Amino acid sequence: MASIPSEFPAAPSLASQPLGLGPRFSLSRVREQAIRLILLGCALASILTTVGIIYVLLSETIFAIPPNEAFFQLVSPWHFFTDTRWTPQFSDRHFGILPLLCGTFLVAGIAAVIGLPIGLAGSIYLSEYASPRTRNLVKPILEVLAGIPTVVFGYFALVFVTPYALRPVFTGLFGWDVQVFNAASAGIVVGIMIIPIVSSLSEDALRAVPQALREAAYALGSSKYHVSTRVVVPAALSGVLASFLLAISRAVGETMAVSIAAGQTPVLTLNPLRSVETMTAYIVNVSFGDKPHQSLDFKALFAVAMTLFVMTLVMNILSHLVMRRFRETYQ
Amino acid sequence: MSANVMRTGIDVPRTRAFARPSFVGRLFAGACATSAWMGLGVLSVLLVGVLWQGAGWLSWSFLTNYDSRHPAEAGIRAGLWGSLWLVVLATLFAVPVGVGAGIFLEEYEKKGWLRTVIEINLSNLAGVPSIVYGILGMAVFVKMFGAFQGQPKVLEIGLRNAHFDIPLPFGRTVLSGGLTLALLILPIVIVVTREALRAVPSSLRQASYALGATHWQTIRHQLLPAALPGIITGVILSVSRAIGETAPLLMVGAAVYLANSPGGIETPLDVVKHPGGVLEAPFDSFTALPVLIFNWISRPEKEYRHVAAAAILVLLGLLQVFNIAASVIRARMQRKTRW
Repeated sequence: MASIPSEFPAAPSLASQPLGLGPRFSLSRVREQAIRLILLGCALASILTTVGIIYVLLSETIFAIPPNEAFFQLVSPWHFFTDTRWTPQFSDRHFGILPLLCGTFLVAGIAAVIGLPIGLAGSIYLSEYASPRTRNLVKPILEVLAGIPTVVFGYFALVFVTPYALRPVFTGLFGWDVQVFNAASAGIVVGIMIIPIVSSLSEDALRAVPQALREAAYALGSSKYHVSTRVVVPAALSGVLASFLLAISRAVGETMAVSIAAGQTPVLTLNPLRSVETMTAYIVNVSFGDKPHQSLDFKALFAVAMTLFVMTLVMNILSHLVMRRFRETYQ
Repeated sequence: MSANVMRTGIDVPRTRAFARPSFVGRLFAGACATSAWMGLGVLSVLLVGVLWQGAGWLSWSFLTNYDSRHPAEAGIRAGLWGSLWLVVLATLFAVPVGVGAGIFLEEYEKKGWLRTVIEINLSNLAGVPSIVYGILGMAVFVKMFGAFQGQPKVLEIGLRNAHFDIPLPFGRTVLSGGLTLALLILPIVIVVTREALRAVPSSLRQASYALGATHWQTIRHQLLPAALPGIITGVILSVSRAIGETAPLLMVGAAVYLANSPGGIETPLDVVKHPGGVLEAPFDSFTALPVLIFNWISRPEKEYRHVAAAAILVLLGLLQVFNIAASVIRARMQRKTRW
């Protein structure tokens, strides 16, 4: 108040009766702050979810509050990651996650071989070749495909893919034995499930490539094929890779289709026509049977879930890092 | 990149370059088109297959019967009511919290480390496999970290007309399942709310402030009504995600064989006849439509595959209703907005 120049006659009356624009206590101001705090609480709920997931997995896997014992206090991590047998139910117990990892990667690998190229080709069609009308027809179809529950895909794999697609080809033509539950059928349906993810994310990346790059290539006499494969896709490569990583992470974490179609046999094999067990299928099967919650094979569930969580998290973070590079390139 | 473009120009065959695409080019275009339309092919094969297997088993008694040891008498009543309760509870929990979080991120915390942390957290949560949410739900809601070791308690809350008996820990109840699904759809609701709020033009905000409205008054009376259709569309889509989820429900202990509906409410009329059942339902054991499907697929008897197919038809039908509702609201919204 002292800084107010003296030529303003109103200054003294202002000092006695403060009517400034500065912060003042009022009920509505308190209410605004209270609402802000409530909304902050809502936003923190999502962080609490992450903290909860990490706490639950750590406390059951690595260290527990004393009366309980964590999985790695009973089974050494060395055995867990190097033993080649997974036999929690047998009297000769082995907790080697390698067979489960092998099953998971076999299914995810088959899914990637099927889903990634088809998804990318589809996104090239949507972004470069299709007319707006065709796009408006194809995109909703892919959305419907993305919305189908995974348990339905599991049914599809078991009831249609194995008897009507795999058996006629592999048994009929080559005479190979195809088991009822097999990695191939699960891999195929998971591959179908990731097509919408790859094509919609890749399409976003392809469409983000500046039109000027395409026009420059056409001006030099390139055909559409060359523009697509040598200009647009390379320019959007990091976005495409990011979509691939997200899709593989989804395939690794996929549960229902895999536990229905891939079977429950934890074996170390690369034969896609045999029954295998993935990490997610083990988690479902253990929780499905009424196991006592203090038993070792129930605790193993958390160690497997921890491995799964870390794997998908790493892939998601990698995907975001790759994506960020792509965003910096063309802005 | 410019080097790439230059090389492309040189690589192009000079003869007939403008006349028609090369053989490889046409092959490539064909392969891309086939890949894009493959979704339609897969969808039709799937639908025709499920119809062929299940259509004959679909009947009124299939909708109103409980599960049975005889495939011909098995039905989905417990699953339908279970799924309904789960979705209602999940929406009740996830929508207020999710919309609140969306408002906070879009309207209050426009920059700063907290926003960055929450955003990174949200994008990571979106990638967490649903079965991990199931493990979280099992540890937190079903067992409550084993805090009541072996001695479950019942918390009795008597309001004026209502009486709750809340078991602690929640155990394998509808409430545990609903809360788990709520955590699962929470990131989706937040993202949808943010997008809807971002689509509201800032002139609306400025006009409201200019008239002397406070921050919350602006949000409550201008932004939320404007963003509501977008939020509703997103909520419907996240509900259709929740209704098909199976793995987390198996983790929180959905029963595979159940011959009663939560709270004893078996027909919509029961809500009026036994209003007490509405309060009991969240603390009852439950099953859900996709859980029944999973169980029937796993049975050795071949007849149950037809039962499963019929249940899949019902599930897909429900999802289609949700999708149509969402797109109708979206279309109406686009017609009404004038900015």
